[in-house]
Amino acid sequence: MATKGLIEAKEFCTYHHVEYTFIDSLSQAGLIEIRATSEGTYIPETELQKLERMARLHTELEINLAGIEAITHLLRRVESIQEETRNLRNRLRRYEED
Amino acid sequence: MAFIDYYKILGIDKSASEKDIKSAYRKLARQYHPDLNPNDTESNKKFQQINEANEVLSDPEKRKKYDKYGENWQHGEEYEKYSQQQQAQGGQQYRGFGGGGGQGFENYEDFGGSGFSDFFEQMFGGAGGRSSGRQAKYRGQDYNAELKLTLKDVSETHKQTLAVNGKNIRITIPAGVENGQIIKIAGHGGPGVNGGPAGDLYITFLVAADPNFKRDGANLYTTAKLDLYTAVLGGEVTIDTLSGKVKIKVKPETQNNSTIRLKGKGLPVYKHEGHSGDLLVTYDIQMPVNLTEKQKELFTELSKSK
Repeated sequence: MATKGLIEAKEFCTYHHVEYTFIDSLSQAGLIEIRATSEGTYIPETELQKLERMARLHTELEINLAGIEAITHLLRRVESIQEETRNLRNRLRRYEED
Repeated sequence: MAFIDYYKILGIDKSASEKDIKSAYRKLARQYHPDLNPNDTESNKKFQQINEANEVLSDPEKRKKYDKYGENWQHGEEYEKYSQQQQAQGGQQYRGFGGGGGQGFENYEDFGGSGFSDFFEQMFGGAGGRSSGRQAKYRGQDYNAELKLTLKDVSETHKQTLAVNGKNIRITIPAGVENGQIIKIAGHGGPGVNGGPAGDLYITFLVAADPNFKRDGANLYTTAKLDLYTAVLGGEVTIDTLSGKVKIKVKPETQNNSTIRLKGKGLPVYKHEGHSGDLLVTYDIQMPVNLTEKQKELFTELSKSK
């Protein structure tokens, strides 16, 4: 199987000092996507940023899986609200006096 | 460079135990961690301060040193001499103080590339001054930069060079970016500490308001002045667009405040090559002024024909 654009889960765990079970639990909770093959488990590059953030929350702030799940959902909402606010502000500029 | 009260930053008093420090740090870190506060510069800054306070107070040696000099940290060398004199006279003995000097430093809020304040670097010799047993990895600080653009800049994809912390970074600015939109350039923030990853660079685009055009997404709005006669009888009018002047036909009996749509004359749609918004032109019909007697007569005649 071609592994271009994939990072070996083992390598990620070593670098970030997390157990493989951490990645597995995140995957089972539907928070990240991993690729399991006969050669090993891989993380798509597109998932890396998300996974790194979760690993930091886990190692730096000692947040458990349930907490990470809740935070991830809330952050998604925050980001979407921030974007909506920005769009509304920009639309309001149309009606502001110069 | 001001003295930093690490106890105050963590909200604890000087008699706090190791457990108290750990607990206060964890509580604040969970509140201000950059991953929990996306695009929030203030939280980022606060998190750096909390980290630094924890770095000092959770390390018994650093804490001892910090407690000893306290607000007099800047006069460490003078203290040293004074203490030696005192010692000769049977006074208290002071240990060495790394650094000394204290000249040419910036405000403590300006965290250097190491992610620590100048105060910290001065007192403990920078990140290298960490005790060997504690090698916690820290992600580098995220940098925030603002880039001012005009509406014209936004109308086409172009490259621009930015100077961020002494480094030149060439970035591509896609056409159609919104005011306030933030892009992340991974790994271009501050360097990580103890092998931690570098932070990211966040660039906020500030698109200045344009005197001629208002914007709503990819659509642009403008007003065109039209004289009464052209509005009534029809004709042509020249309108400014972002890509230059265009001549358009005016229908007879055009009403004041009516709007026409010039397809594709707006801004490019962000990351949708080949798609552009429209330019909506609202007519502002100008009433004639300083009428001659003859003109008044003609208008009177006209009014009778209603």
